[in-house]
Amino acid sequence: MDVLLPRTLEEALEMKAAHPQTVPLAGGTDLMVDLNFGRLRPPSILDVSRLPELRVLSREDGHCFLGAGVPYSRITAELGEFRPLAQASRSVGSPQIRNRGTVGGNLGTASPAGDILPVLAVYQAEVDLVRPGDTRALAWDRFLLGPKRTAIAPDELIAGVRWKVFRGTGSFSKIGTRNAMVIAVASLCLVLDEDARQVRAALGSCGPTILRAAAAEDYLTAELRRAGSWDDPACRLGQPVIDAFAERVADAARPIDDVRGTAAYRRHGLRVLARRALAWALEDRRQGR
Amino acid sequence: MIVRLQVNGARREADVWPGTSLLTLLRDHLGLYGSKNACEQGECGSCSVWLDGELVCSCLVLGAQAGGREVLTVEGLNLERQAGAVQAAFVEAGAVQCGFCTPGFVVAVTDLLSNDPAPSEASIREALSGNLCRCTGYAKILDAVNLAAGRLRDSPA
Ligand SMILES: Cc1cc2nc3c(=O)[nH]c(=O)nc-3n(C[C@H](O)[C@H](O)[C@H](O)COP(=O)(O)OP(=O)(O)OC[C@H]3O[C@@H](n4cnc5c(N)ncnc54)[C@H](O)[C@@H]3O)c2cc1C
Ligand code: FES
Ligand code: FES
Repeated sequence: MDVLLPRTLEEALEMKAAHPQTVPLAGGTDLMVDLNFGRLRPPSILDVSRLPELRVLSREDGHCFLGAGVPYSRITAELGEFRPLAQASRSVGSPQIRNRGTVGGNLGTASPAGDILPVLAVYQAEVDLVRPGDTRALAWDRFLLGPKRTAIAPDELIAGVRWKVFRGTGSFSKIGTRNAMVIAVASLCLVLDEDARQVRAALGSCGPTILRAAAAEDYLTAELRRAGSWDDPACRLGQPVIDAFAERVADAARPIDDVRGTAAYRRHGLRVLARRALAWALEDRRQGR
Repeated sequence: MIVRLQVNGARREADVWPGTSLLTLLRDHLGLYGSKNACEQGECGSCSVWLDGELVCSCLVLGAQAGGREVLTVEGLNLERQAGAVQAAFVEAGAVQCGFCTPGFVVAVTDLLSNDPAPSEASIREALSGNLCRCTGYAKILDAVNLAAGRLRDSPA
């Protein structure tokens, strides 16, 4: 085994193209576990943790770009205005894990329990993939193909993610056996996009990959319109609407029974998360946040 | 492969198998046994060190990734100052039983108190969520953190 230590993205891409079997290593919080336990013995490892190009955070044309190599602790510190993203980042592992773990790694691993992924789904983010002399942007759901399966090609690296900035409140919440350091049994990201006047909701750990709850989104978008709430955020929604939304969120899940929870518990958890997330969002809007 | 790095202020090098973690490099190649190996999967925090000033699990850093960087381990802590107060508080509060988790906790608590000299109980629990102790039940560890924080506030280094 060999370790390749590029100093720039260009160098890294040349190395990746020359050694398509090489495995990129960022924060190591997924990969090192496999390496330590002998589950992974690649011919070589490509250290992408020092590439300055992957550590970029930038904004232009109403879009935000988050480099694949930005660790969670920096996202929490610097991207607080994107609340669901900051909340999801803060919920990952422990301080030690958040100082190392990256969004590029969360995407690369493509676990259905990856906490950043439901956020990228409601942000309708694109994943920037680079190869020597070429970049392509794939919508999040064209990138994530299934459990631990992505559309990345052997000569590509993830450069980062980009999304259109919008006004509106939202949250990320997850259920687990502890308040910290826990892999989600179920998670939900909800946003109310005031620019598009659209509700978006995505579920984690409740199917083979991240799922958008389309019927729940359409229902709530229409109910907010009917109530005149897009124009007047102080308008209230009745409890039956909140419950019906939660029911549709739970219906969108395709959960399984596994060591972390049963399918029935996951559905139940989603209903609770949906009611809470919607209550927080409505309160935020009433408060003008 | 040869990895050259700074450890506790000194230039060190080690000839390691390329897949070696920073933890194994420190323990088996540099003879620094303060960072413990209890899980090798980021769960227990007993291998906590600072990498360029950031608290990390050394079992999840590839040794080669630490090349050219600065590592501070529990052995490198200045016991005249903050870390000494933390260590003493652990002993006095009865927060040490088998002691296996203690170096990792001393590192994590020292990191916490340098960022937040007066942490709330919730902040302490959150900051130590990546460190496991199988003996104490954590209550005495919380006492130790409060004791150390109080003393450091009374007599800042
Ligand atoms: C104790 C512990 C707790 C955890 N808790 C959580 C949690 O609560 N929520 C959660 O979502 N995850 C959690 N994780 C998993 C992990 O921390 C995250 O998935 C993290 O985002 C991985 O990022 P990384 O930079 O460490 O990835 P790495 O381990 O370095 O890489 C992961 C994968 O992505 C690929 N990759 C990385 N960067 C790139 C790139 N630029 N281009 C192409 N491929 C790339 C790698 O080849 C590898 O396949 C936890 C892990 C541990 C050890
Ligand atoms: S040995 Fe590194 S976290 Fe347990
Ligand atoms: S004192 Fe034994 S594990 Fe903490």
